[in-house]
Amino acid sequence: MTLTVNETSNASGGDEASKPLTDQEQEWVDQFMDETTLFLGPDPAIMRSHQITSRSAYEEECIAKGIDPIQIDRIRKRLAGALDEGYEMCEAMGAAPGAKWGDLTTAIYTAEGDVTYLSCHGVIAFSAILHHPIRYIMKYWKDEPTVGINPGDGFIHNDARYGNVHNTDQSMITPIMRDGQIIAWVAATIHEGENGACEPGGMPSGSETPFDDGLRMSPFKIVEKGELRRDLLTFLQHSVRDPKLQLADLKVKIGAVQRIQERVDSIIDEVGIETFVAALRVTVEDVEQEVKRRISELPDGTVTFNQFMDSTLKENILIKFACKVTVKGENMTVDLRGTGPEILNRAINSPLCSVKSMMMQAILAFWWPDLPRCTSAMSPIDIISDEHTWADAGYDAPMGQSLQASFRGFSALQTAFAKMQFSNPEKFSNVLAPWFNQINTFLWGGLTQHGDQVGNLCADLNGMGGGAKAFRDGEDAVSPLFCAMADTAEQEVMEEEVPFMQLVSKRIVRDNQGFGKNSGGMGYEMIVAAEGTPMWGFMTVTSGSKFSSVTGMFGGYGCSTNPLAMVKGINIYDIIRKDSSQFDLSMERIMNDQPYEGGKYTTAHMGLQFDVAKDGELYMIAQGSGGGYGDVLERDPESVAKDLELGRISAHVATTIYGVVWDAETFVVDEEATRQLRHDARQARLSRGKPYKEFLESYVQIEPPKDLLYYGSWGDETDELTATHFTSNGPERVKATVDKLPLIMIPDRREVKIEKLEERIRELETKHNEVVQRRA
Amino acid sequence: MRIPMTEYLIIDLDTERWTCKVCDHDLGDARGNYKEGTLVYDRDPRDIHQSILDPEKYEFTFAPDPTFCRILEFYCPGCGTQLETEYVPPGHPPTVDMLWDIDSLREKWTERGTDPASVINYGPGEEAVADFSPALGSYNSLSSSAPHSHS
Repeated sequence: MTLTVNETSNASGGDEASKPLTDQEQEWVDQFMDETTLFLGPDPAIMRSHQITSRSAYEEECIAKGIDPIQIDRIRKRLAGALDEGYEMCEAMGAAPGAKWGDLTTAIYTAEGDVTYLSCHGVIAFSAILHHPIRYIMKYWKDEPTVGINPGDGFIHNDARYGNVHNTDQSMITPIMRDGQIIAWVAATIHEGENGACEPGGMPSGSETPFDDGLRMSPFKIVEKGELRRDLLTFLQHSVRDPKLQLADLKVKIGAVQRIQERVDSIIDEVGIETFVAALRVTVEDVEQEVKRRISELPDGTVTFNQFMDSTLKENILIKFACKVTVKGENMTVDLRGTGPEILNRAINSPLCSVKSMMMQAILAFWWPDLPRCTSAMSPIDIISDEHTWADAGYDAPMGQSLQASFRGFSALQTAFAKMQFSNPEKFSNVLAPWFNQINTFLWGGLTQHGDQVGNLCADLNGMGGGAKAFRDGEDAVSPLFCAMADTAEQEVMEEEVPFMQLVSKRIVRDNQGFGKNSGGMGYEMIVAAEGTPMWGFMTVTSGSKFSSVTGMFGGYGCSTNPLAMVKGINIYDIIRKDSSQFDLSMERIMNDQPYEGGKYTTAHMGLQFDVAKDGELYMIAQGSGGGYGDVLERDPESVAKDLELGRISAHVATTIYGVVWDAETFVVDEEATRQLRHDARQARLSRGKPYKEFLESYVQIEPPKDLLYYGSWGDETDELTATHFTSNGPERVKATVDKLPLIMIPDRREVKIEKLEERIRELETKHNEVVQRRA
Repeated sequence: MRIPMTEYLIIDLDTERWTCKVCDHDLGDARGNYKEGTLVYDRDPRDIHQSILDPEKYEFTFAPDPTFCRILEFYCPGCGTQLETEYVPPGHPPTVDMLWDIDSLREKWTERGTDPASVINYGPGEEAVADFSPALGSYNSLSSSAPHSHS
């Protein structure tokens, strides 16, 4: 920590003390502060910046010796090959389910930590955020006598507060050194899943304090001169539910980064250290320059896109994610002000760095996927954000489900870009409706049929529906927003390791479609039930059960909302064993027909905290759909008939949404009747639509509905946030700038429910003249 | 010169007006919010995203909750094309989703010296072809292009 001259003088106050410190005095102050710092927490100077560093003297020297663009490109290609090799090693050998599906990445960084190149596969966001821990290691551990950095060392971290997407991912960060100097870094990150959080699987929707989020690894050295430190490994294994996984994947990552280092060694042997260093730096700079050029080609102006999330994962609320993207010349600003406040006892908060990492995902995978996979792509973009909002949470906020905010950061940029780039003749990606943005999958944990304690998740999070394109439908269950190449895995392989089956897996849910001229890629349903285990449970960690989580584009509609459905108190396996005709399962049939006697049929939002699953109890969810593109009345009637014939949409949707008339037996479209129906639908729009200003007068309210727990700016023309603050006298709506808002905490939903039930009891007692004596 | 800014919205740089790509209806000052020139409807989201689970039995059914979510539908007053939708909490002011710097837009297109109808597409790939010619008219024409009828 450095105390500046101004800070010392202000603290002292008097004339004598206001004199500037001499260099010697400042050195003493710095030394004193360094020696007496109690805790090296996340460093704001490191954590707030996503810009690349300026050239170091050594990089300057290397570049001054001359650059051959062809040679640099060749080095880059070889690095890409090395990183892909490391990626494939992790994928092939990784113990974490996430690793097997491609939920990982490898990357190489400059000495200062700027990402030069990522593996061609994997999660961009994982690497896009590692400059934070690298800079932390360089600033605090490089010259620290008890730590230091030596060849063969490896650093690990997982805590998002120090620069990570979320705490379930673990890194292995290793220096490349020559002559005692660090010239680059290589790192691998895997979504490990289990991390000892309050719920299994590493992404607890139920965390209420940062200490519920599981392992809190600040960057530290776990590999010393090539050897994994057994004492620290044991500590980590002791802190998680799956000690075998913790060991196995540490070894896998060490192996992968060592292989990448070997490949780097041969590149350096061939081209020399200086050319290698110059290649890394020039790549970073070239990408930044090219991004500035691309921004300057976009039309100047402002695109605004607001999102509203409907859940804390414990109760339904509405919290805003505001985003205003402004382009002027070669400058782009992303302004997140207006976003709702952090909620200090709920898991949905995210550090800004995690939100930025998902913005990088949008930029490198959805805006300009042709660029070298280098995160200086975001360096020229300024981001304005208020600290202590849920997308820029402070140190004390729980972040177990930070993906809720960070995925909104992705959607903000992905969605806005369709408007930003539409008129630009120079495009590097297609005009696209919003991608689905929730993790609709089951997390699970407990004891397996092999007696192992585990906690992790199903690969179905990777089956997000793609957004509709301007010229074709979106693809069903194609890939997660965070990884183009991720796999939804073989469920049967999983079933050998875990004591539950997906009784329904990957079957499209009829009408679960983002409607449009081109429809969004559809999601599929999943029905799971455990058996043969003394202890097992499921969780879900998703919002979007009351408010659609993605919108449409240019007149198209967004996705449906998604429920969680459960049937408790039955054993589906016994039912099927007795009568195999009962193996005709779909969420729609089971829930609407309620065929199992004695079953308790319930629905809920998709924030299910760890729920103990008895043998054969059913848990049902569906993966979501991408947004639709364009006016539904422009959809090709033949495509509607085809969807109808395949059971993808119902007759009701074909008629009421798409305005198509067809022959019920042959599915042949009646063109004339369709034309007439669509004409009538347009006329109906003209008669029910109100002129904009008149509409505003009747529709717009000065504040949110009274009973809605709303968080964020109400409208875009205010600096103030609206929030519901719970006082000892009950809920109170407040409106203030984020720095003046009270701390927002939400009462325990069970207490709220008990209070309502007690109130109802009192009402009934009064109604029936029953006098009950109660002691306080 | 007419520039397609979205699937259905054109900015005419000569008149500085927003117009509908489908019917050429005037939608207002291109320096302002095109939504001001539209007709708006407050749609109950259950009309669009219909319940799959029985709403009589269950709270969560695949249909959005109308007390949380409304869909604003913006129509062209000329032809009834749904130009845009917006998902908002009940009573939340509609978002001014696009504001463009018209002087800069003109400058960029003048500098490019190309015909928007022939150079704008939907991005890379053989399929990503956009045909704006019927709506934009010939290069540098004023707002005289004939309305483009839909099927």
